[in-house]
Amino acid sequence: MTYTHATCIDKSPLVVLSSHSGYDLRMAIYKGPVNRNGISKESLVHSLKLILPKEAVLFDSEDTRPYECDGLSAYRVNPWVVALPETIEQIQAIMRICFAHEVPVIARGAGTGLSGGALPRENCLLLSLAKFKTILDVDPINCTARVEPGVTNLAISDAAKPHGLYYAPDPSSQIACTIGGNVAENSGGIHCLKYGLTVNNVQQITIVMVDGELVTFGGSGYDGPGYDLLALFNGSEGMLGIVVEITVKLLPIPEHARLLLAAFDDIEQAGKAVTAIIAAGLIPAGLEMMDNLAIQAAEDFAMVGYPIQAAAILLCELDGNTDEVTEQIKRVKKIMRKHQASNIRISETEQERLQLWRGRKSAFPAIGRLAPDYYCMDGTIPRKQLSTVLKKISELSKKFDLPVANVFHAGDGNLHPLILYDANKRGELKRTEMFGALILEYCVEVGGAITGEHGVGIEKMDQMCVQFGQLELQQFHAIKAAFDPAGLLNPGKVVPTLHRCAELGRMHVHNGQLPHPELERF
Amino acid sequence: MSDQSLSLQQQVKENIERGRPMQITAGNSKLFYAHEISGEALSVKEHFGIIDYEPTELVITARCGTRLQDLESTLAEQNQMLAFEPPAYSKHATLGGCIAAGLSGPRRPFAGAVRDASLGIRMINGTGEILKFGGTVMKNVAGYDVSRLMVGSMGTLGIILDTSLKIVPRPETEITTCYELTERASISRVNKICAQAYPVSATCFDGTQLFLRLSGTESGVNKSLDMLGGETLKDATSFWKDLKNQRHSFFNSTKRIWRLSLKPATPPLEIMGEQLIEWHGAQRWLTSDQNPEIIREIINQHGGHAIIFKNAKEDDLVFHPISGILHQLHMNLKLAMDPKCMFNLYRMYEGF
Repeated sequence: MTYTHATCIDKSPLVVLSSHSGYDLRMAIYKGPVNRNGISKESLVHSLKLILPKEAVLFDSEDTRPYECDGLSAYRVNPWVVALPETIEQIQAIMRICFAHEVPVIARGAGTGLSGGALPRENCLLLSLAKFKTILDVDPINCTARVEPGVTNLAISDAAKPHGLYYAPDPSSQIACTIGGNVAENSGGIHCLKYGLTVNNVQQITIVMVDGELVTFGGSGYDGPGYDLLALFNGSEGMLGIVVEITVKLLPIPEHARLLLAAFDDIEQAGKAVTAIIAAGLIPAGLEMMDNLAIQAAEDFAMVGYPIQAAAILLCELDGNTDEVTEQIKRVKKIMRKHQASNIRISETEQERLQLWRGRKSAFPAIGRLAPDYYCMDGTIPRKQLSTVLKKISELSKKFDLPVANVFHAGDGNLHPLILYDANKRGELKRTEMFGALILEYCVEVGGAITGEHGVGIEKMDQMCVQFGQLELQQFHAIKAAFDPAGLLNPGKVVPTLHRCAELGRMHVHNGQLPHPELERF
Repeated sequence: MSDQSLSLQQQVKENIERGRPMQITAGNSKLFYAHEISGEALSVKEHFGIIDYEPTELVITARCGTRLQDLESTLAEQNQMLAFEPPAYSKHATLGGCIAAGLSGPRRPFAGAVRDASLGIRMINGTGEILKFGGTVMKNVAGYDVSRLMVGSMGTLGIILDTSLKIVPRPETEITTCYELTERASISRVNKICAQAYPVSATCFDGTQLFLRLSGTESGVNKSLDMLGGETLKDATSFWKDLKNQRHSFFNSTKRIWRLSLKPATPPLEIMGEQLIEWHGAQRWLTSDQNPEIIREIINQHGGHAIIFKNAKEDDLVFHPISGILHQLHMNLKLAMDPKCMFNLYRMYEGF
């Protein structure tokens, strides 16, 4: 079966927003002041049709419906108008029109994002980059690929493969998610510990600014002139500009890779084994952990021979040349033994390696079969806090009466608790969201972050008030304004207003002072 | 160990109040680099010390005044290192200067740059506020990536107080092999090698020889060495250290020393002067008295950029000129971070 991250909560029912008080506040604030733009829908459509083919402008609510949500499908807003340009010039012309009439613009790739980054808003133009699917150039000598934003992550590696090269970041949704979306979210994947995130693997990007101007960040070599705007743009979630061309770094495909699976009766021992591997000076290509519920679900689904009795399993991949891998596998095996691994399996063939990965890679849809719905969280923590955090999650799980399966990018401290719930049960989604929020806030408490790779979008706006103080949020707003003074790009997302944080009462207390005392408290 | 955050903040606030622009200083190891500026000297040298270091978390957090050599020897005790091999032009070089200048050493193409290792930052912005961005975890996409924006901004956007960097284990074995080649053959050879899965960790062409450093496990490195051949370089450690710290005789020149950033496989450049090529062709050092405008024109044609790294003349533009919307964005960002232009004005470009 094909699997994308987008299936994470695809099973959530179509939600009638007003009937669920749980997220009224989020949506109401997100929508913000309505109808700032002075242009009517008809005249916007008319203007767009002058520059785009007729079929590239969607405005009937039935035609725009497929764009009403991304992978965070609990939130839906039917966009006013959808534009499907094919050339950079068309994007520039669209942006000029929207800029002149102050129409908000929300860019969208494949819509696999999990934090609502591509959620439309009323009276907005949804800019789909789906038609930008061309791989413009694979340069096997300089080890780069120049691609359009709508190219899927996996398609880049496929195109590079004949040259013995590949594109390293591999989010689980890689067969569907686009490289433009990866840049917007600074996507990670299973191999980030060794090979980095999107920001570490992109060399140059071309952007259409909010007013239609074209600009390039980065360089043809390893850096560009001036400030590192390339780094700033990665992970900016469509708030600063529209990425229209990307040059990625390609790496040589490792000669050899092997996967070691180790089962543990005690999750704490598994955590200690992870630390011991790092302490031994090894940087595995991938280092993943699954807890018992996740193991059982994955085994039921993929039937790859995971030990279903185990409290936890670790999947550790080593890559490099054959001698190196053989030597390192031996060392990892010894470490796992020392930490009382009850069962160790090492892939002997490429087929077996892929098979063992299949269980992990299908964990999300597999867990999806355990309950009508599930909600996927994305916190990061210092590795040493793992058992403390898992204990806390298990306590909260009892308190909220909602089961949780844990899948963990153990190597880089990125935890994905999957909360199981039933959206048809009154109040359960609301309870799930409260539970999820507490997990993320706990991640911050132990020195981690509210999102490792899924982004803030609209989903984690409230937790931004926990992660940052008012001064940082103000600085973010100023940076946004440096690119988009009128606030037209993906408005109302990522960075909450100070007022919102005050309303939630979740603002950081900075240096012992109560933040923005000038604001009224409710 | 000395936390001077509040005292530095106090000084900054006073200077802002009195309208006195500041130049940020520390170890003064890079005084030769970038435009000379005036302004109230604000030294961050006393704000030093390692705040947190747990080897198994692969992160170190330290204050900006921490000397690079102290930081690196602490890491070495645990058999770890900074992957980007920061250049240190004197023993006084500090972590803050390393982040602000954003310069990386020989390992950069293979293990990432300063900005790639940068995970979090605490800073003072141009309104005298202490801000904290990023953190100590490997993956963090909450908010804009200000930590990385600060890397290479030459102190024009604010004062770096503390920074958290990703660290890596030291490789078990390193061996350097070398070949006598022409420049053209060297560029072609090194790029062919780098496009294959060899454990290359540094490259250098000094005009006559191509040096190739291999890093990894002993068996892995030896196997690659068998396949790549060449002559093994003795005393390779000091060769790469001298190169990184620009003690190599190439850098003794009194001519302008340029740092050219290019596509790695760019063919030999037709510019008068001597060259030393690193990063499999992507970073080329040039000593030349040729007209800077002509040099930049040639580099532009290759899609690269050129910095006059050392020995710039008084009216030279040190950093590669930027124009149009890119220039405007720089101005806007400068004003977003430092609205009254209090920090290192004109260090990089005129006007900001």
